[in-house]
Amino acid sequence: MLEIKNLKASLEEEGKEILKGLDLTVEAGKVHAIMGPNGSGKSTLSYVLAGRGGYEVTEGAATLAGADILEMEPEERAAAGLFLAFQYPVEIPGVGNMTFLRTAVNAQRKARGQEEMDAATFLKEVRAKAKDLKIDAEMLKRPVNMGFSGGEKKRNEILQMAMLEPKVCILDETDSGLDVDAMKLVADGVNAMRSPDRGFLVITHYQRLLDHIVPDVVHIMVNGRIIKTGGPELALEVEKNGYANMIEEAA
Amino acid sequence: MALPQAKLTATEDRLARLSMPEAPGWSALPRAAALARVETMGLPGRRDEYWRFTNPADLVAADPVPSTHHARQKTQVFDQMDRVRLVFVDGVFDAAASDDPALAGVEITRLAEAQEQDIHWAADLYGTLEAQGHEPVERPLAALNTAYATDGVLIRATGKAEKPVNLVYFHESETSDAILHHVIKVESGADLTVLENGPAAARFNKVMEVDVADGGAFHHVRAQGRDHDRRAVTHIFARLGAESLFKSFTMTVNGALTRNECIIDMTGDNGVAHVAGACLGDGDFLHDDTVFITHDAENCESRQVFKKVLKNGATGVFQGKILVQPGAQKTDGYQISQSLLLDDDSQFLAKPELEIYADDVACSHGSTSGAIDETALFYLRSRGVPKSEAVDLMVLSFLAEAIEEIESAEIREEIVERLSRWLSRHRG
Repeated sequence: MLEIKNLKASLEEEGKEILKGLDLTVEAGKVHAIMGPNGSGKSTLSYVLAGRGGYEVTEGAATLAGADILEMEPEERAAAGLFLAFQYPVEIPGVGNMTFLRTAVNAQRKARGQEEMDAATFLKEVRAKAKDLKIDAEMLKRPVNMGFSGGEKKRNEILQMAMLEPKVCILDETDSGLDVDAMKLVADGVNAMRSPDRGFLVITHYQRLLDHIVPDVVHIMVNGRIIKTGGPELALEVEKNGYANMIEEAA
Repeated sequence: MALPQAKLTATEDRLARLSMPEAPGWSALPRAAALARVETMGLPGRRDEYWRFTNPADLVAADPVPSTHHARQKTQVFDQMDRVRLVFVDGVFDAAASDDPALAGVEITRLAEAQEQDIHWAADLYGTLEAQGHEPVERPLAALNTAYATDGVLIRATGKAEKPVNLVYFHESETSDAILHHVIKVESGADLTVLENGPAAARFNKVMEVDVADGGAFHHVRAQGRDHDRRAVTHIFARLGAESLFKSFTMTVNGALTRNECIIDMTGDNGVAHVAGACLGDGDFLHDDTVFITHDAENCESRQVFKKVLKNGATGVFQGKILVQPGAQKTDGYQISQSLLLDDDSQFLAKPELEIYADDVACSHGSTSGAIDETALFYLRSRGVPKSEAVDLMVLSFLAEAIEEIESAEIREEIVERLSRWLSRHRG
């Protein structure tokens, strides 16, 4: 579903290379996790895939369901089925959460040549999905992420993901700043979306999120590359021994 | 002190074009006094400190810059409101186009008629607040207005007005030079909303004197739009009694030269005054908000919230002051002026001021200029919102704090709708 080949990317301003030839394939129906120490380039990978400015791809390719996404604008990538749950969801005063969601859903439908979702259907769907994530009506009415707690912001990301029904979901440190209960709610939301035609890329520092979102494959990323790939047991190994051994092994 | 020669000549040239009404009645006295003020002060020039950011030449020139007039819009901004419409065409009241001014709790008279009556409540007020509004800064264009106003409306609210009064301005002559002077009196416990919209004339000079008695409430929403070659100077002079409420919001889009001044005197304890503005400028656009709020009583609250979005060489100006007089303890003053610059060619000039002579007050002010937040823009786009729409959402987000100053949800939604449409017409 998501294929990344020999991806190299640098910071546009400093020219510093962050991704140094990364290969990764996320198949439909699978959950891949990426773990790695600080500064290994995990978040950069998510930004480069989603099309954030400030990075230059110098080599390699990334395709989503066969389409080259690196040439696309961020909104085109979204319409093609890519979703990035932000580590720090952005607060946008004066723009209602519902207005934002509806604009996004309909913009994507329009880009895909589908009809806009009518107000009643949209409302019904949002309410049902919000209920599962314990997002109340008051939160839906507020401006985007304004006055939301850390947990509420992350749940709001998952709500957006649920409404937009992407093909590939990238979760960038979705567990950061969450207590156990909030993490469980978020994980339940993600698990509910697992399906044979959707792939997940879960970026995390810690193994604990992977207790709740059980991955099929775990990658260890260090210094802009994947240095080791394995099953869920790899995450447990990290939890126990840290990254140092693996880095040595790979060197 | 004698005026500098250039200023004297400019003032004389301008005054030579104007004439007082034939039957000024009781207004003769305040008009003559105002004329004397103009002659003493002289009309503003580029070198005056108070006009350092905005060149007043086109407002002062003997003749207005000709301007294309605009076909009347099919739908007016306040059409959805049940209201009493008073129509002025190029600064002249049009009774036939206006609604019947009978409104429970409100007395409405046209200035041109009222000044001929022997006794009128506005006789004591006309030009009074304007005359008091020149300390410490002179506002000669307002005095000129008092002296030469050709028309206007006098509104007195004695109870809660059943509906808003909507002053609608139409512009039909390419060389019209309109001077309107409105006087509004909100009696104790009364509540009045005044709405204003429409391109008024090739050149427009408007003064609104607002006297809000103890416990009175005055709401004002104004929409300045459509006319790209608008050249307008407006003044609001307000005097607020104890426990009174004053709220004014202005939406401005387009306009080659617009200067909106608002001068508020808080004279009674526990008063509340909010002045806000949201403006969008593209290209040949200069918009100037000049606000002066004086706290002269205890425990009053004032807010100034001005937001400007500028692109393609547009200019925004803000001069705002909070003056807290000795004894005005427990003053709560807030002032924010911000601009969102959508390119490198546009500019925002701001002069925020606080002057405080009481020791137990809370006053804050802030002024910022910035570009669109790239992180937020990326966030919106990453959800599939195309860039142009995302920029529009960010602009509305930026304006939100000012728009929220409008109390009526109905009007707020209409204003947002108008701003959104303007934005979609002015992309790129």
